[in-house]
Amino acid sequence: MKKYLPYIVTLTVLVSFSISVNAQCKGFAKKLCKLELTGYIHDGNYHAAILTEGEEAELYKTFYSGQSYRLAVCGSEALPAIEYQVVDAYKNVLFDNKQHDMNGTWDFKLESSQQLKIVIKVPVSAQKTEFPNSGCVAIMFGFQDK
Amino acid sequence: MRHYYFNLRLVNLIVLLGLFLMNDSCRSGKKSQEGKEVGLEDFLTEEDIFDDIDKAKKIFYSLPSPLETAMLIKSAGASYNESVLNALSNVNNYSTNKSKAINLGIYTTDLSFACLFEQAQTSLKYMDVTRQLATEMGINDAIDEETMKRLEQNLNKRDVVMDIISETFLNTSAYLKENDQQEVAAIVLVGGWIEGLYIGTQMVGNNPVQGNNLVDRIAEQKLSFSIVERMLQDNKQNQLGEENRDIVELINELHALKLAFDKIEVQTSAVKVDESDSAKVTLLRSQTKVNVTPEAFLELQAAVKSLRNNFVQ
Repeated sequence: MKKYLPYIVTLTVLVSFSISVNAQCKGFAKKLCKLELTGYIHDGNYHAAILTEGEEAELYKTFYSGQSYRLAVCGSEALPAIEYQVVDAYKNVLFDNKQHDMNGTWDFKLESSQQLKIVIKVPVSAQKTEFPNSGCVAIMFGFQDK
Repeated sequence: MRHYYFNLRLVNLIVLLGLFLMNDSCRSGKKSQEGKEVGLEDFLTEEDIFDDIDKAKKIFYSLPSPLETAMLIKSAGASYNESVLNALSNVNNYSTNKSKAINLGIYTTDLSFACLFEQAQTSLKYMDVTRQLATEMGINDAIDEETMKRLEQNLNKRDVVMDIISETFLNTSAYLKENDQQEVAAIVLVGGWIEGLYIGTQMVGNNPVQGNNLVDRIAEQKLSFSIVERMLQDNKQNQLGEENRDIVELINELHALKLAFDKIEVQTSAVKVDESDSAKVTLLRSQTKVNVTPEAFLELQAAVKSLRNNFVQ
């Protein structure tokens, strides 16, 4: 039993590290990113993950006609400003935050209901580091009360 | 020597396990087919957006949350009818993980629905059963004493109550996703979404289908149904490759609903961006063709009723 102790300790550390990193992500989404939705009601959904520089993510969601939405994409301090695009089923880019001063939020409403894809990219930092940086990225949606 | 190899394999196993644990909830896999060319004059169906899905990336699927679902039903013209909500007394009937998760979603949609129609006392009661189920599922900090107190003190302030519902749902989803229970989080979401469909279809009742806003809103849920299917398929296996029986069972249970949605046509045109609004809200101009016959709606209504009643038993 004694000889397995180092492995058990390593495993415990890894599990604790994972839980702690994830918990930080929840806190980041709840306490910081949600503030970006001020004026809108957060839908309550949780979409957040630890991403590394150069990594991409996609989110699929149906948006409904008549509703006003705010999309907020936030990255933790360790990461460069997050790039994102909103794309329709025809692959038309409807919004690209690189064309809008890297804005972290986008307000929009729809004439008719649509499935849209949000494509997120963590750019590689201009500053060279030994290892690529990783951090929390959260995608949140708010809508307006009617 | 044997010990050395054994130890080496154990170290590898620990490192691999560590990498799994550090990874998030999203699934990875092989890159799928190339996207097909489409003309701008075409109308596309609900599956086309997934054409070029790249599973090497992190993928998130987002369904309307219970709060958004309730808002969609209300804004389509539904009125309040408490008799369609899942009875509070049913909360003690749920003994399996799957039934608890589904009904946590169902009760959260009922709570949101009551809140949107400013039913203060009903909202409080539904928050209480939601809390009971969340606690039974081990999610103790989703709705704590503080939350209940805040709710009681602000029962007549709809915006505060909506904020509380949103926060408790966020706590629940985050807890499940961060504790490697993505499958359970998916089941909760599906439960909440089905309850929205149930309330909506019950509200239509025997009213005419043609020209009915609520019917159109329900038919448009076909767009979200394709996301439900994707999300459940992606959660069918856990990170160790083991099949999740609850998810497989749920996919099978949704089959009748799939058949009913197959008889409803929803096609969307390309989107044109209109940034002329001075309030800096972009308008996305497009058309959606919804074709739902009275027969197809009746079939959907029956499928939803049977599915939901099976869930709440």
